[in-house]
Amino acid sequence: MRSIASRNGKIKVKRSDRVIPGFGLSLGITIVMLSVLILIPLASVLLYSFQLSPDKFVTLITNRAVLFAFGTSISCAFIAALINCIFGTVLAWVLVRYDFPGKRILDGVVELPFCLPTAVAGITLSKLYSDTGWMGRIFSRIGVKISYTHIGLTIALIFIGIPFVVRAIQPVLENLDPQLEEAAYALGANPRITFFKIILSELRPALLTGFALAFARGIGEYGSVIYISGNSAKDHTQVISYVIMQKLNYMDYASATAIALVLLIISFSILFLINVIQIRQSKRTNYL
Amino acid sequence: MDYTEQTKQKGHNLVKGVLITISVLFVGIMLILPMVSVVTNALSKGFSFYVHSLTTEYVVSALVITLLATLVAVVVNTFFGIMASWALTRFSFKGKHVLATLIDIPFSISPVIAGLSYIMTFGRMGWAAPVINWINATFHTDLQIVFALPGVLLATIFVTFPFISREIIPVLNSEGCDEEEAAALMGAGGFTIFRKITFPKMKWALIYGMILCAARALGEFGAVSALSKTRGKTFTLPLEIDALYLSGDSDSIVSAFSVSSILVILAIVVLVLRNIFEYREKKSSNESR
Repeated sequence: MRSIASRNGKIKVKRSDRVIPGFGLSLGITIVMLSVLILIPLASVLLYSFQLSPDKFVTLITNRAVLFAFGTSISCAFIAALINCIFGTVLAWVLVRYDFPGKRILDGVVELPFCLPTAVAGITLSKLYSDTGWMGRIFSRIGVKISYTHIGLTIALIFIGIPFVVRAIQPVLENLDPQLEEAAYALGANPRITFFKIILSELRPALLTGFALAFARGIGEYGSVIYISGNSAKDHTQVISYVIMQKLNYMDYASATAIALVLLIISFSILFLINVIQIRQSKRTNYL
Repeated sequence: MDYTEQTKQKGHNLVKGVLITISVLFVGIMLILPMVSVVTNALSKGFSFYVHSLTTEYVVSALVITLLATLVAVVVNTFFGIMASWALTRFSFKGKHVLATLIDIPFSISPVIAGLSYIMTFGRMGWAAPVINWINATFHTDLQIVFALPGVLLATIFVTFPFISREIIPVLNSEGCDEEEAAALMGAGGFTIFRKITFPKMKWALIYGMILCAARALGEFGAVSALSKTRGKTFTLPLEIDALYLSGDSDSIVSAFSVSSILVILAIVVLVLRNIFEYREKKSSNESR
């Protein structure tokens, strides 16, 4: 009791619901750590790029190699995220709806790309799909080169992105109201129509979230793609993170920050989009 | 009637079989095959070569740096995670959602940008460089952040920053804070409330988050790569793998895979632990309901 008495005596509690102690301390530490470790360093990038004149900024960004790298990163990440949406939905469906031996292992292995260092994934995929690797040999027989091309790059991004999509859909599918499906069946819909018209429309926000997460990760990805992509400016297989790293190694800080600023804007737009989707989703489920 | 039911069942089984086959094939080719390929590549020059390539000076030094960076990242982010989840779940205040979104920033930005941002802050061009120079001049120290150990540690903390808070916050949110409020009204201090009530609630989520954080910290590449340039001194295992793989001759490529195999084994251990803790967490949250 004493502590409460002294609390009320000394500190004016503005809002009556704050009976739990430690608000100022925990919030203070949170904000200080967040600022020092994340926000201030990121702000330095902004600060430095704002020192560039607009003309210079535009010249740096519209450099041919830079534009192609943006194109490569965005298009490959987009295609990889689309492919992941298809396989991710199938995987999530199988993991939620069916029982079969080895299901828990399959469920665990889906997370592998989260746990595996990106550099390890990068070198092993690059080797596997090169002309001497197990998969590369099969494809080179039909004349398809995978390593050091856009196909290889997309495969690496599929590897990195798959858990995002599966883990976004799985919980929604688990909590799906079975009455929706029963109603559809009772009204005479066949399983295919039920899936595409009822279930898929329920899954859409989760699918979009998964897509956006995989896409965002794919655009900025570095470790897993730099070995398999070949990094050739001529064949346009450089990804944007690689270009930033290259500029850093040449001490070309102006270009590095300018490109990073554009990449940050893209990432933040996607982050914002994900938040909007999630807020809408939670509203929808609350109304139900 | 019976007949149609049977064909329906058959069709259902067919769909089930096809979907399971697609899933198993996808996971097998896309996820498991690369792991097998790491191990066979690592052992392709015999076991003694494998052991030899793991015990070189560079690899041992990289292992020490990696473990140190992982330890520091887990400790710092655990502290942050507990503080942030306490602030964000036990109280309501203006700007709470903004704060939660800001914490998640490292998830969605390229690790290379994380490295760049520290260079632009503490590097020669950075605005904090004079501060560091001043500290070094006044205290006769040789503190260096970029291209030195502190940079590696900071980069690792940056990329794993939200991992632990993100695991704890949903658990604490779903548990509510009635018990904490009751305890506070009965005169318990903040630390007692945390130790006796909040900590037991978040225990499994915290351990789970620490495992995720450690896994990511062990394997961080892009951010560290921007900030660490001295092999044998500030290189972590992923950077050592990169150096070995890019040096080109077939021996060092095999060595790169040997070093990778350690990280693959660690990843599998993490995966198994993750599954165990996820299961525990589900069980404990079901019991408390």
